[in-house]
Amino acid sequence: MANVLAFIETSASGAASNSAASLLGAAAKLGTPVAVVVTRPGAGAAVAEGLAALGAVKVFAAESEQVGRQLVAAQAAGVQAAIAALEPAAVLASHSVEGREVAARLAIRTGNGLAYDAVDVRADGGRVLAVHSVFGGAYTVESTVESALPIITVRQGAVEDRAAAAGAETTVQSIEVPAGPAAVIESVSEAPAATGRPELRGAAKVVSGGRGLNSKENFVLVEQLADALGAAVGASRAAVDAGYIPQSHQVGQTGTTVSPQLYVALGISGAIQHRAGMQTAKTIVAINKDEDAPIFDVADFGIVGDVFKVVPQLIEALEARSN
Amino acid sequence: MKIVVLMKQVPDTYEERRIDLATGLLDRAASDPVADEINERALEVALSHKDSHKGTEVVVLTMGPEGAKTALKKGLQMGADSGVHIEAGELAGADAVQTAKVLANALRETGFDLIVAGNESTDGRGGVVPAMVSELLGVPLLGSLGQVEISEGSVRGERREDGGTSTVSASLPALVSVTENVAEARFPNFKGIMTAKRKPIADVPASGAGSAASTVAGISERPARAAGVKIVDSGDAGVQLAAFLASGRLI
Repeated sequence: MANVLAFIETSASGAASNSAASLLGAAAKLGTPVAVVVTRPGAGAAVAEGLAALGAVKVFAAESEQVGRQLVAAQAAGVQAAIAALEPAAVLASHSVEGREVAARLAIRTGNGLAYDAVDVRADGGRVLAVHSVFGGAYTVESTVESALPIITVRQGAVEDRAAAAGAETTVQSIEVPAGPAAVIESVSEAPAATGRPELRGAAKVVSGGRGLNSKENFVLVEQLADALGAAVGASRAAVDAGYIPQSHQVGQTGTTVSPQLYVALGISGAIQHRAGMQTAKTIVAINKDEDAPIFDVADFGIVGDVFKVVPQLIEALEARSN
Repeated sequence: MKIVVLMKQVPDTYEERRIDLATGLLDRAASDPVADEINERALEVALSHKDSHKGTEVVVLTMGPEGAKTALKKGLQMGADSGVHIEAGELAGADAVQTAKVLANALRETGFDLIVAGNESTDGRGGVVPAMVSELLGVPLLGSLGQVEISEGSVRGERREDGGTSTVSASLPALVSVTENVAEARFPNFKGIMTAKRKPIADVPASGAGSAASTVAGISERPARAAGVKIVDSGDAGVQLAAFLASGRLI
């Protein structure tokens, strides 16, 4: 089978990104999954070990002094070196801030087409198809890249297939990053430690709050229900704009798109902008005091009522059931 | 300093957006076209620099059908000095690489010290065009900045990624893309609306697109989601909901 490269991002401290397993799973659907990591000199072998457990049959570790000093330049050069060495049938990267910049640069540099934000990939005869979920899941579009080497960015966590653990054959190669005008990294502060709640993107359950919570203090109710269900906390844009919760929790067209097993909308009217970010959830529950709120059009279970009465009772009932 | 802000006309996210299932192209008639909100924020970054640095020239640039000029006019009303409209009649359905090539060619013609773009559009959500343009132009990209400081000869900002936040900088000429975390855009005032009518919009032909490499192979519409049970709380809705969740093995 042909090699399929998966560009795995690493954090400033050298850890492989959370989306590595999903990306290697996607690569395995198309060919032999090869992880490409770009690290500082001497750090490649350690990352490679973990990637073998996630299904990388080969690991190409490119090492450069420029990692952590310049934005994306070394990463793009590293994947380019892997393309030259391994003659892959496709290159995958996460549709993340860094992944898509690397993919975009490679598309231009190698003269190939780019399919972006795929939620799935599959081989169809000799060609590679990327599946996209467009306009908040309202349409499913399949695309092909008609150039020698398809480059595809994959939505983080969207592909659920996993590659079998492998004993990866690791190549460590030091690479030259072409000199040129650069975007310089002056300092990095890593994201604060996890709160213990699941991360919004990729969570199996999400509880979101909207303007109906009325205040930042009241938004605690959303967190309490989230904790009772083991869910991630989300919010509508109205709640974010009102300052109840930081923008990183925003679900919707201009925030995170989620596709959980369970989505609970508290005090959210359900403007199209919000629905575009959650309407592919398997089960949707909505509680709102306005019986005409559009969120009820997509809810599997809707309650016209006061969130401040219904939610505490629900939490109590959940606790009673778990005892 | 000359700052060029990239704008894109998109279907209004407050309305139902549709794709023509026969052509695979956006159904532009189905919803009102508007300037993408993120572009207005990008323009705000440029205009707030202009506010404190007289002699800054701000140009808004778009590629699209004739109607895309509406987005440029909004930019001129907000305070940009001039507009550039790339006629893209034959390029309807252009892929990201083609779009980036055409934009890069037009930007070379227009000239710039700094290019400001949104990090991703609300319709395509690709977020790949800024990096492609920077690669084509050979200028550094500071992508996905939540905060931007422009100074004479350089640009600096905060880049937010999944793993954390970094402070990044580059000397000019450069390209930055901004996220929703940058300042909210100003509204055009009366004076802005009146003076915008006298500001020039240059029409330039699209050049250098090449052929499309990424093409649509199939398209299907998701069936509308049917509403399920809806109850009015009469005192035990929380208990009923717990039972519903339990029956679906969701707790």
